Amino acid sequence: MATHVRAEAPPARPSWRSRLYRFDLKASPYAFIAPFFLCFAAFGLFPLIWTGWLSLHYVDLLTPDVMEWKGFGNYTRLWSNDQFWTALRNTFTIGVISTVPQLLMALGLAHLLNYRMRGRGFFRVAILAPYATSIAAATLVFVQLFNPDYGFINWALGAIGIDHTQWYADTWPSQIAISTIVTWRWTGYNALIYLAAMQAVPKDLYEAASLDGANRWQQFTRITIPSIRPTIMFTIIVSTIGATQLFGEPMLFGGGVGVSGGSAHQFQTLSLYMYELGWPSRQLGRASAVAWTMLLILLLIGLVQFLITRYRKRHELGG
Amino acid sequence: MRTTSRPRRAAVLATAVLATSALLLTACSSSSDKKGGDSTDPNAKITLNVGDFGTFGYKEAGLYDEYMAAHPNITIKYDTVQDGQKYWDALTTHLASGSGLADVQAVEVGYIAQATKALGDKFVDLGKTEGINPGNWLDWKSKQATTASGSLIGLGTDIGPMAICYRTDLFQQAGLPTDREAVGKLWAGDWAKFVEAGKTYQSKAPTGTFFTDSASGLFNAVLSAQPEQYSDASGKLVYKTSAGVKTAWDLAVSASQAKISAGLRQFQDPWNAAFANAKFATVVCPSWMTGIISKYSGDSGKGKWDVAAPPVASNWGGAFLTVPKAGKHTKEAAALVAWLTAPEQQAKVFTKVGNLPSTIGGLQQPAVQGAKQEYFNNAPTGQIFAAAAQSIKPAPIGDQDGNVKTIITDNGILDIEEHGTDPAKAWTNVTKLVDDKTGH
Repeated sequence: MATHVRAEAPPARPSWRSRLYRFDLKASPYAFIAPFFLCFAAFGLFPLIWTGWLSLHYVDLLTPDVMEWKGFGNYTRLWSNDQFWTALRNTFTIGVISTVPQLLMALGLAHLLNYRMRGRGFFRVAILAPYATSIAAATLVFVQLFNPDYGFINWALGAIGIDHTQWYADTWPSQIAISTIVTWRWTGYNALIYLAAMQAVPKDLYEAASLDGANRWQQFTRITIPSIRPTIMFTIIVSTIGATQLFGEPMLFGGGVGVSGGSAHQFQTLSLYMYELGWPSRQLGRASAVAWTMLLILLLIGLVQFLITRYRKRHELGG
Repeated sequence: MRTTSRPRRAAVLATAVLATSALLLTACSSSSDKKGGDSTDPNAKITLNVGDFGTFGYKEAGLYDEYMAAHPNITIKYDTVQDGQKYWDALTTHLASGSGLADVQAVEVGYIAQATKALGDKFVDLGKTEGINPGNWLDWKSKQATTASGSLIGLGTDIGPMAICYRTDLFQQAGLPTDREAVGKLWAGDWAKFVEAGKTYQSKAPTGTFFTDSASGLFNAVLSAQPEQYSDASGKLVYKTSAGVKTAWDLAVSASQAKISAGLRQFQDPWNAAFANAKFATVVCPSWMTGIISKYSGDSGKGKWDVAAPPVASNWGGAFLTVPKAGKHTKEAAALVAWLTAPEQQAKVFTKVGNLPSTIGGLQQPAVQGAKQEYFNNAPTGQIFAAAAQSIKPAPIGDQDGNVKTIITDNGILDIEEHGTDPAKAWTNVTKLVDDKTGH
């Protein structure tokens, strides 16, 4: 019997150990990434689902435990609400006039910083300084600069003969002023990302190009841009998300009328509209509907960007 | 078999992860439910947290230090938010979730109706607390903080009876009287006379100056003096048909159209700057506003400002101190609140930062009655404001009043001032916005 057991035991023990080993091999990665997903479930997924559930109800901020079923009423109400469409349009226009110049300037700056030049390290750190400044501090300075009566900008414009501009009250001036703050803060950040990508472009490409007689502009458009295209795509996506969620700058720029985005909602973004509905108006359900609408808009934009990239890839491969 | 078992294992793991996270969440919430409760040992060392906004003057008048010296076992910590709206937004969120609350929380009069209606059961009933006599306060002040079931959730700190602050130098240049008695007579009894005086001023005004700072400020002042405002006694919104709102709106619109208003928004940067540049000659001026004027007009305005009686007495602003039930030391917090709002302490705050007492005893203190402000040409501000305080006739406040007021002034009157919008169109816009923001 004993010999019989001993004969069978050796194969059993390794099999248990190897099973444990195999389990370890398979399960450990899950265990290691678990903290992130735990946090995501608690602070990302749960609020997301909860917000979605809230958006189907009437909920007063002061008594969030009392809910009244509304179905998609909160969403249909958005559809027929002028203020929502104004906010959507403002989000789009402010997004475009802040993102496009910002990324173009960042590309140019990165290209310049990529050359050998004196004090390169200093400039690279310096362009990141606005990003390290808090929104509140930056916006306060810009509010002073844009003051229609006593601000520096109207004074400077007046010196070259441009009339008094109402930087707070008028639609385009106020949106341009807000875009300036956004552009000022994020250009350096994006430039550094581009610079990092440019450094990975093989130097011999440039050498070969300059041997072929390509000037710097041609090098920029023919080598640099195509080489860092994935990075550009990444910054476009990140900036789009940032622009859709724009909140702090218009809020602080508008001061006391910041939440409603000016007296005629001339610079109210979607995030501000959500905040106005949720907090001062205490309509938590409708604010949640705006939040979900924003998410859907972002997904839609993401889908469009994805389709464009895929189309271009196929097109290039085919061509 | 292997290929199918792999997803299943992943699913088991995912479920486990979710279950664990759920456990963690419930663990967190249950631990936070365990509140300390009132300490049984009266000498145990405790910390009382006070949350307020703007300038309550307790720190400035040294009251926290005084209280801690008299109660060695108590440490007071305070947290002040500058923006009253943001403070209230945060406070409502904390009250709804029952966490993150200080032991003492200030509530502005504009939000007190929300607190008594929707949140009444979240505050300690101070009327039943030992050592507090609700009869010490001006009757209407205590009524504002009393819930339908009769519990007093807040003790009044200050009140804001209004006067008119004006610049004697600009009045003189425009040929108006400068003596405060004569100036008060210019518009005594009727806000319409105030607008008329404005037109007289504007016809001879120094270039670049306006009679008053903003049409919204005028609207606010006129409305505060009306017996019928945004809501009726039952709390229902009646602003569309309210005679008071119509009077105030029409006057504000006429002021804007007569261009006697500088078209500024109060408490904003351009408004602050306009004080230093002497851009307007009058501002409606509750007692707490004197501090703002002297701060922004600075040395250049010293002695040039004066204070006159208002056309009609009314109240603007003032706050309450409450004790949320979710606090750890509600008994000690109530004692602190009672002490801070007692007449002697209110008088000390008044002399330091100008917040007028809301207790009858506080208004009678010699320090208040005899107060003169050097900055305002030695005007007897204590007497002027205390006199205005006695003749205030309170109107019912509803829990949506703050919201309606913001929309009327910011998206109605300011829109007219900034963009020249047709008043009828602006009013339609206001009603649309209010319906949108207050309906279900």
